[in-house]
Amino acid sequence: MKPEAAAGTVEPAEGEPLVSIRDLRTYYSIRGSFADRLVGREGGVVKAVDGVSLDIRRGEVLGLVGESGSGKTTLGRTLLGLVRATGGSVKFEGREITGLPERKFRDLRRRMQVVFQDPHASLNPAMTIAQAVGHPLQIHGLERDRTQLRARVADVLETVGLAPAEAYVDKYPGDLSGGQKQRAVIARALILNPVLLVADEPVSMLDMSVRAKILELMVALKRDFELTYLYITHDLATARVEIGPAEAIYADPKHPYTQALLRAIPEPDPARAVPRDLPRGEVPDAASPPLGCSFHPRCPRAFEPCGWESRDLRDLLEARWARLAGDARVEEEEAVVGDLDVLDRPSPEVRMPASRGRQPQEVVALLERIRAEDPQEPFWRGVDRLEASGTHVALDFQPPQDPRLEPVGDVSVACHLYDSDASG
Amino acid sequence: MTGAILQVRNLRVYYGTPGKPVRAVDGVSLDIGESEVVGLVGESGCGKSTLGRGILGLLPDGARADGEVLYDGRNLVAMPPKAVRRMRGPELGLIFQEPMTRLNPLLRISDHFRETLEQHEPDLTDAEVKRRSLETLGRMGIPPTRFRQYPHEFSGGMRQRIMIALALVLRPKLLVADEPTTSLDVIVEGQILALLADLKNNFGTALLLITHNLGIVAESCDRMAVMYAGRIAEEGPVREVFADPAHPYTRDLLRSTISLDTTTLYSIPGAPPNLIDPPPGCRFHPRCPNAMRVCDQLEPIEQRLDDGRRVLCWLHGPSERIPQGAGAPLEREAIGVADEA
Repeated sequence: MKPEAAAGTVEPAEGEPLVSIRDLRTYYSIRGSFADRLVGREGGVVKAVDGVSLDIRRGEVLGLVGESGSGKTTLGRTLLGLVRATGGSVKFEGREITGLPERKFRDLRRRMQVVFQDPHASLNPAMTIAQAVGHPLQIHGLERDRTQLRARVADVLETVGLAPAEAYVDKYPGDLSGGQKQRAVIARALILNPVLLVADEPVSMLDMSVRAKILELMVALKRDFELTYLYITHDLATARVEIGPAEAIYADPKHPYTQALLRAIPEPDPARAVPRDLPRGEVPDAASPPLGCSFHPRCPRAFEPCGWESRDLRDLLEARWARLAGDARVEEEEAVVGDLDVLDRPSPEVRMPASRGRQPQEVVALLERIRAEDPQEPFWRGVDRLEASGTHVALDFQPPQDPRLEPVGDVSVACHLYDSDASG
Repeated sequence: MTGAILQVRNLRVYYGTPGKPVRAVDGVSLDIGESEVVGLVGESGCGKSTLGRGILGLLPDGARADGEVLYDGRNLVAMPPKAVRRMRGPELGLIFQEPMTRLNPLLRISDHFRETLEQHEPDLTDAEVKRRSLETLGRMGIPPTRFRQYPHEFSGGMRQRIMIALALVLRPKLLVADEPTTSLDVIVEGQILALLADLKNNFGTALLLITHNLGIVAESCDRMAVMYAGRIAEEGPVREVFADPAHPYTRDLLRSTISLDTTTLYSIPGAPPNLIDPPPGCRFHPRCPNAMRVCDQLEPIEQRLDDGRRVLCWLHGPSERIPQGAGAPLEREAIGVADEA
């Protein structure tokens, strides 16, 4: 995940942040195929979280927003110690927690709890609601007296709206609806009196009509128990409800990706629905993210420094051929360009052989023709040099630059549009 | 609307259980016009998916349907299953929710298209099969360079585009899309919806879009039907229904939708009823803030409003059928906080 996916904190609060994340990196290694391992070739790494810094202050709700695969869940899991950080620092209540042994983490988890997306998968189907909700107290050895345990469970069930508790304690998850299960999951998290609750898409598996109820509950619990939330979601509409002080981002989204996410939300008002120009493509492969800004291949406002590279040429040609499908030009153009696989290795310098029996000049002429048809296409702003060079086509892009997270007014943005150093 | 291509008349679909049957669809009538986009909305378990499957004759074993689904002068409910199967594809297409599970992982995309076209249009030459497939895929944004790849090589959004292309390559008159974007991210969801909303321009295909997301309906549909507990509570043009919902359920459903303009949260108290033993009278009465005494006694009678809308609610009459004094508010027990779906 690159920092632009974080919706950001806005309102400064007093004192030391509850959580302070600096340059956090969490990589997953890919084992590669069996054959690769036989010949001793290493698999790659997926940079799920790559250089993220943010603070969560006490009593705040931090909305972490992005599409699936953007790394937001991994960030939450790293914070909870469910996956190991590869590098960087996470401080919780002022104490460094990356690299803590699992045993110490277990104590910490009393203070930070999690609610996952799928309530159906979060509850053991063979445990009653009372057993499930009381389980954390037993695991942490906090309550041995059975009567006391049952009373505390009943208490927390009523807090989350599962009232009267007697009607629910002896039920199994299978007897409960999705919304009721999610309430039970929240009760299980609350019973340890945590200070931080990580909520990972807590309503996205629920029916539209139930979402509002669970969000209402979470807002009420935050107020009553002085909780701090890390609210992970891909749905900016529910995040808005949760994050009061994020108004600045909603009112004036800076990053083109934030703008796109906001524009993509269907408007429940047919009188106002306008045709939306959505970014093309999908979240990139985290094992091999785009050079420069990860969003640049999809960004309508991308320009020279954003990280143009070989794979963008492949995307340009493929999108064109999809558009022209059925047209005789496609086969002719495919024959001229030849194998596109040479473009799969990310590089700002393309050296592409012409197809067998073709001249590199033909490829250059084709590309110039495509440029002439749509000179506004952001891709061409990134092209520095395009010419035939011996038996190859030489195409150089502007040198890629990684955008840094910089303060812009009240918010922080990682985007070259707001970066005075970026050439272009 | 230029004449209905599909007419559903008093359709009932019951699922057998060891006790009484589940009345998932209970007397539904609905027309779909040529090239029209109709949204079918409602909470989980209201019967909207069953209605979609009932239209296509794709009900599971143990389900019984009666009533009429009229297509091209024929009643699909009464036709032998084999004959309905022949119509699925070239006449009536279907897009499911989970694109990952609907493509065969061992077959290339090209094989999926060849198989589909050979099944329904055996006279096509190989070159025609390829041309038709690439053209349809291209309109869905899938480039010809990826025709020979396997499903796992595509992202979720691309797979859903492939599924839609696979349905459209047979040029059906009607496509039923059951929650086609539920497992996709918001930007990709928008991309797919834009494609679906464009079907009538590109392919002349009518679309029945089944969803619980009212924002999607507002953006993509011409007409909408709101389903509650196996029945259609309200049906009419999208603009009219959103601007002035006639049924209290529609009104509450719209209020509970979370959008960027939401400042306070609202939710409908209670939960949809079970369909084995639905409440007497109007099925929404236990949750309805406007319920009258008549509402738990007599089943509402479908009314047609001046703007052509249909609504199933006693608030709209007929007043002469409401017994003396039964227009007074209904008294009943409070609903628990967590009585929800």
